[in-house]
Amino acid sequence: MSSPIRTLTVGLVACRACGLLSRRVPDTQPTYCSRCDTRLHERMPGSAEKTLAWLIAAVILYIPSNVLPVMYVSGIGGGQESTILGGILSFWRGGDWPIALVIFIASVAVPATKFLAIGLIVLTLFRESDWARRQRTALYRLVEFIGYWSMLDVVVVALTSALLQFEGIGAAEPRLGIVFFCGVVVATMISALSLDPRLIWDMGRNSEH
Amino acid sequence: MPSLIWLVPAVAVVIGLSLVVNAWVTAGPRITISFQTAQGLEVGKTLVKHRNVTIGQVTAISLSKDGNRVRVSAELLKSARSLLTSDAQFWVVRPRVGIGWATGLETLLSGSYIAVEAGDATTKRTEFVGVENPPPLTHGVLGKSVLLHAADIGSLALGAPVYFRHFEVGRVIDRKIDAGGNGARVVLFIDAPYDAMVTRATRFWNAGGIDLALRADGFKLRTQSLASVLAGGVAFDGAPNAQDVGPIASGAEFTLFDDQEAAMAPPAGDPRYVRMRFEQSLRGLSVGAPVEFVGVTIGQVFAVDLDYDQEHKSFPVIVTARIYPRRMGKAYLVLEQNGTATNEEKTARLVEQLVARGLRAQPRTGNLLTGQLYVALDFIPGARPVRFAANAQTLEIPTVPGGTQELQQKLAAVVAKIDRLPINEIGQQLHTDLVDLDQTLGDIRMHVLPAGTASMQSLRTTLDRVNDTLADDASWRERVDQTLDEGRRTLQSLRSLADYLDRHPEAVLRGRHPSQPLVGEKSAPGTSGPQ
Repeated sequence: MSSPIRTLTVGLVACRACGLLSRRVPDTQPTYCSRCDTRLHERMPGSAEKTLAWLIAAVILYIPSNVLPVMYVSGIGGGQESTILGGILSFWRGGDWPIALVIFIASVAVPATKFLAIGLIVLTLFRESDWARRQRTALYRLVEFIGYWSMLDVVVVALTSALLQFEGIGAAEPRLGIVFFCGVVVATMISALSLDPRLIWDMGRNSEH
Repeated sequence: MPSLIWLVPAVAVVIGLSLVVNAWVTAGPRITISFQTAQGLEVGKTLVKHRNVTIGQVTAISLSKDGNRVRVSAELLKSARSLLTSDAQFWVVRPRVGIGWATGLETLLSGSYIAVEAGDATTKRTEFVGVENPPPLTHGVLGKSVLLHAADIGSLALGAPVYFRHFEVGRVIDRKIDAGGNGARVVLFIDAPYDAMVTRATRFWNAGGIDLALRADGFKLRTQSLASVLAGGVAFDGAPNAQDVGPIASGAEFTLFDDQEAAMAPPAGDPRYVRMRFEQSLRGLSVGAPVEFVGVTIGQVFAVDLDYDQEHKSFPVIVTARIYPRRMGKAYLVLEQNGTATNEEKTARLVEQLVARGLRAQPRTGNLLTGQLYVALDFIPGARPVRFAANAQTLEIPTVPGGTQELQQKLAAVVAKIDRLPINEIGQQLHTDLVDLDQTLGDIRMHVLPAGTASMQSLRTTLDRVNDTLADDASWRERVDQTLDEGRRTLQSLRSLADYLDRHPEAVLRGRHPSQPLVGEKSAPGTSGPQ
């Protein structure tokens, strides 16, 4: 397999926004894309570090978002606060397993997958490993793809709270947990955005291959 | 030199830790209360309140291990820790409606809540047994509680009012059956400042319902209030002529009387039992009937038993009565002063004296309508002396037959006489006579009356004629007048003649001398007389 031409080796810098190749200049002064005026970097500065920091913040926030109730639903028979896992369980026991499944995927499976995927990528970056580069890149694409659905829980709570407001009969109110969950989603999003996937291919002895 | 980006997870940690610390700091005591039922309680919604201030929330409801009770867990505010004394009382506030009162109606809409009333104890605890009914007293309310003993509490309900001269001054806070089941005890709470009205001389009586009394001056209807008519109530007042009116301590014990009369009556003292043996039917004498001494009730009939006298083959009735010798007034007081004899001996001596003076028991009719009897102890004049056993276990008072028996016999005799009257024959005779009378009257109407009418008409005609005859202008009257005038003149002439003859008797022979007029004659027109 012939090694591909890399911008690093030919003295070029690709714009992250429009993909225009510019001539590489020393890092001492900022350069901007001549077409779309985006700041040009050979690689995202401190990418792995930022990603890890946001990832850790997201994991920390994930704990209260699961422990604290996310929503309070009151009806004629009384009200109940529910956590994410409690809500999934009650839907599952109530027979609404498709809803339970959707909420489970959106609230538990997606964040967990993101944590694991980003964690794995960042870990390998720090170890400068050249292990399974193609698969790790695929993993990164997966993280970007499932990232669209991360806010599902927050949207559900926001919609329900807005729509279910019948004073005295039934009402839904958001609880603090959903704020933390929102923070988790934002933090993982920033974490994923901070990750420069090109780094996967920079590492290791065999980077040229 | 680590990058500033590490501030992000640091902030996340700080936020997370602050939550934990906040929960740690604000977390109040967790308590468990057991109730009979969790009716109206909801996890996460039911509140715990003290004086209507929310101090916590129910966090869990579960069954006790044996399944007989409900364990309600609640998380309280930190500030509520001081309420968790070991004698604190927890109860569920639900809508409760009674006669004359309603509580917890606000919970109809808001849902039930758990209320707590702290106690005085200094020890703390977190496991409580909830009470089913709200404690009647709010902690710290001024006043005194009073314990009443009663044979029967009537319709006295929890929360029933307590009246002092028709003012509501307290309420019934507890009532229960005595341990032995022989009576009831009622606990009242008298609010300050009225608790000062309760003294050792205070008498309590059941003021519930309607007290309708028939007296010599007519009916008397007494109630305390409309609420007490329905829910019952207790009234109290000072006893008349009381000597000891000292204050009482909270929890003092009193007797609950049935009505005001009983409450205000002078103390009866210890009862004595006497026996009376009657040789007659005592139908209408019931247990509880009064025993009166010279018209004053001094006791009640306690038992009526049938006895068998083998000697006479008769069935006497043994009446046992409970009498209160103290009610006999001064006689008893006088007796009480002398000597050191026991109460039994005193009573026996008193009764012995009275029996010697002719005291006898006699059943009498108290109510002619119902035939109820009472036992009268009265001095019967000319009563045969009897032997009185003063040392007997139970004093036996000699008896005389009751007035009712004699009355009954007399009545029976009268009835028999009435029965013997030939009422049928009398009736038949009367009937026949009446028929005759009817016939006679018919005859009279048929024959006598028409004849009578004719006679009356004839009579009227006659009378009319008489009337006509007697009219003023009748001609015969003129003639009569003329005739009478003639007669008068004739008589005058005769008198003149007689006078003349008296003076001149010779005129009979010679005739009248023309110079000698007739006496009294002014003119002599054609007088007849002898010449």
